[in-house]
Amino acid sequence: MKNPVLEINDLRTSFNIKGNYYAAVDGVSLTVHENEVVAVVGESGCGKSALANSIMGLHNLKNTKLEGQINFGNQNLLELSLAKLNKIRGKDIAMIFQDPMTALNPLATIGRQIEEPMDYHLKLSATEKKNRTLELLRRVGIKNEQRVYDQYPHELSGGMRQRVVIAVALSCDPVLLLADEPTTALDVTIQAQIMDLMKELQNQMKTGIILITHDLGVVAEMADRVVVMYAGEVVEIADVKDLFENPLHPYTRSLLNSIPSNLEAKEKLHVIDGIVPSLQNLDRTGCRFAPRIAWIPEEDHEERPEMHEAEPNHFVRCSCYKTFYFPEDRVGEIDYVTTKN
Amino acid sequence: MSLLKINDLKIYYPIRGGFFRTVVDNVRAVDGISFELQPGETYGLVGESGCGKTTTGRAIIGLNHVTSGEVLFEGNDLAKLSRGERRKYTKDIQMIFQDPYSSLNARKNVLNIIAEPLRNFERLSPKEELVRVQELVARVGLSPESIYKYPHQFSGGQRQRIGIARALALKPKLIIADEPVSALDVSVQAQVLNFMQEIQEDFGLTYLFISHDLGIIQHMCDRIGIMYRGRFVEEGSASEIYTNPQHVYTKRLIAAIPEMDPEKRFEKMHLRQAINQEYKNDYNNYFDKDGRMFDLKKISETHSVAMQ
Repeated sequence: MKNPVLEINDLRTSFNIKGNYYAAVDGVSLTVHENEVVAVVGESGCGKSALANSIMGLHNLKNTKLEGQINFGNQNLLELSLAKLNKIRGKDIAMIFQDPMTALNPLATIGRQIEEPMDYHLKLSATEKKNRTLELLRRVGIKNEQRVYDQYPHELSGGMRQRVVIAVALSCDPVLLLADEPTTALDVTIQAQIMDLMKELQNQMKTGIILITHDLGVVAEMADRVVVMYAGEVVEIADVKDLFENPLHPYTRSLLNSIPSNLEAKEKLHVIDGIVPSLQNLDRTGCRFAPRIAWIPEEDHEERPEMHEAEPNHFVRCSCYKTFYFPEDRVGEIDYVTTKN
Repeated sequence: MSLLKINDLKIYYPIRGGFFRTVVDNVRAVDGISFELQPGETYGLVGESGCGKTTTGRAIIGLNHVTSGEVLFEGNDLAKLSRGERRKYTKDIQMIFQDPYSSLNARKNVLNIIAEPLRNFERLSPKEELVRVQELVARVGLSPESIYKYPHQFSGGQRQRIGIARALALKPKLIIADEPVSALDVSVQAQVLNFMQEIQEDFGLTYLFISHDLGIIQHMCDRIGIMYRGRFVEEGSASEIYTNPQHVYTKRLIAAIPEMDPEKRFEKMHLRQAINQEYKNDYNNYFDKDGRMFDLKKISETHSVAMQ
């Protein structure tokens, strides 16, 4: 068994809204092993980014409450002082942000930005730093690295900038990478290049990656294990093959059914009724997905939905998956029943 | 007769420089493209950002000037008409915008947003206007009381449907949908796409569907044109493009669609590398010495490719 890099135990991240705290991440537990890509999937508002920001400690603690444990190595990140946390983030845990246009400082050269984390975390001479930076630029597939070193972000295309953002994240040899929608802001062809690059780098460096995305195509291409989140909770965890071959939770199945490329052209796409409830309006008792699959009778849900190991290494929340069906698949059958009565 | 016929459309932006800011060169945003839309069909315009697909869409509706070429809408060349003369036809062409967050005026309520085109083109009493707006709101599946709400009170999918209701207000013949779902979540995307197909049947609409997402294009479109650097690379029916792509750029685009079967991911990665190699090796077959694409050449009745 591979070593775990990060263990999250019952993490609860709550935000202060008008005096009350509402949990955006509500009891999430997950483990990332070395050399493993764990994808976190869900619609916007499911708590994916809140989870990533909790790991990195990017929330404003004035109006955020963090409970539970985030164990990295043998320390709980939530209990560390800011000085100690700063020794870890940027070095052992690094982040790739969504939008390369805003993640880079427009006033600093590319070389300067890649060297910045090295100044904090590694003791290197100026020439060592420069050599390392050039090497990193080569590794992320930038061919004229000498020139790019002295360029500014606006001189590069979107795909090149995202490569630079990856180089910044890799600058201090992290053991864990958090990638928050790393390809969402990019064109399809560039997205393919960045995905291939990340797979290649991951194979070389054996880092653990938490990949946050809403694009199931990216998940299928990159992930080893998939965590599906809905309304702050994990609803399904499985290996990527199992998840795509045999999705269990109604939410996962609905998501997979709403992608156009999965179906014959011109067929109707599945639409999930309703929207992800906002933090204040979320009903925190019972199955949180129940309001959006109202045709499933109440007694099929659990009163306090728990995670079950439905198949070896394949976990799913609540019992509603057992009887779940899509109404459009049964149109004929229901007609039959009603005419008979 | 085709509903819309684009003939050798060129849109250049001048680069000025030197003494007296004279025109030294042009940015060729759209560089000689031609295509036709038959009534009732959905035509997909695909390409990366910067390839000129949005510029083309905006030129058809009159938001961009046309350097040369023809935009024939039911036989009338819109590009040559003056603003006043255009008005007769602009009513029949409407647009759905990409970003439902910025394409609705935040200071107007839904009634005023949807009624705006009606006020521009039809003289209705306030009562008639209200009835029309209520019909439209009901048609796009929003509750009747929502006409007095403001855009920020709606979710992204609902906002996009308000945008669609506004586009439908004048009962247009052609709708230009510029990336209508790329700002939306997957589940909401499905909702808007289904809805667009429904109203296409009900209203007999023709769509010019502009997108960079090949999965969605395949789902929605009957015929597809692939654009690259302001020119057409390949044109054909959806099945021709997806099962039998000829141009190396089309192949590259199709290979870039993420593989939904996790077992095949390395296969796909190698396929992409092979195509990139082909792109480098056979560059001269696809581009002339100025790096410009060749003109489209028919290889079957419906399928044409830009090759030597």
